[in-house]
Amino acid sequence: MSKIDALTASQLKTELPNFSPGDTVSVHYKVIEGEKERIQIFKGVVIQRKGAGINETFTVRKVSNGVGVERIFPVHSPNIAQIDHERRGKVRRAKLYYLRGLKGRAARISEKK
Amino acid sequence: MSAIIGKKIGMTCLFSELGEAIPVTVIEAGPCFVTEIRTASKNGYDAVQLGYGAAKESKLTKPELGLFKKHSIEPLRHLKEFRFFENSSELNIGQEIKADIFTEGDYVKVTGTSKGKGFQGVLKRHGFSGSQQTHGQKSMLRSPGSIGQSASPARVLKGVKMPGRTGNKTVSVKNLEIVKIDTDKNILMVRGAVPGAKNGIVYIAK
Repeated sequence: MSKIDALTASQLKTELPNFSPGDTVSVHYKVIEGEKERIQIFKGVVIQRKGAGINETFTVRKVSNGVGVERIFPVHSPNIAQIDHERRGKVRRAKLYYLRGLKGRAARISEKK
Repeated sequence: MSAIIGKKIGMTCLFSELGEAIPVTVIEAGPCFVTEIRTASKNGYDAVQLGYGAAKESKLTKPELGLFKKHSIEPLRHLKEFRFFENSSELNIGQEIKADIFTEGDYVKVTGTSKGKGFQGVLKRHGFSGSQQTHGQKSMLRSPGSIGQSASPARVLKGVKMPGRTGNKTVSVKNLEIVKIDTDKNILMVRGAVPGAKNGIVYIAK
């Protein structure tokens, strides 16, 4: 796979916050409406990171008006203007799918000291 | 038409200017060499034969080696004739053909040998939908059902779709867009999937 990695290396982002599942992030995502471009902020808990190289993605989950919302972002997408690393979470697994079945206080993640 | 022989490297994705992820197949296309030129006056048809991939002399047959000896070019592993080649009268034997015959944005046809799947049933091989899974069904879930009529014609018609060897056939995919070209490394990046396994030989034609 090294030939493919070499071809996509120029598209990888070099300065990325080192976030992992359980962390709270706000993703500044570029939205194009007609000719205008604006930034939309999506804030939530990272519940997974998967893939490698240019195919790497992460999933952010938040609860909006009582409805769980998840968005999957490619880590190296040029449409991500910025990722704010807000809080480190203390979790014991890499994929936090169990959060989908929890509500309110039970779905909290304690902060990593 | 212009064409080239290449090797499928694998798939990855690229981000466009709009930030969309474009799935691409990476193909190492060429360098190919012109090994034979067929003309209508001499051979009855116009075609150009290209060769790709260095080969050991011991791996080739005597007739194959004779061709390379005749034109004094290095032995090549894969030979393929392409009909109606662009500017075939201006080509010389031994001339190198590289990925720069294409430009970004071209639509090409890619031909390869699909992955062999072995002996498969009609669901996988022909896309049958199978039978219903409830209402007392038992052990007939993936069967083809009826394969013909009764006393007339009293035989199974030729060409009825049945289980059998699947894959490992020549498959072409038309109108694949060339997203990116790296002429130094002879790399083509084509939007979408291409038949065959990694390291398989593919023919790319415009």
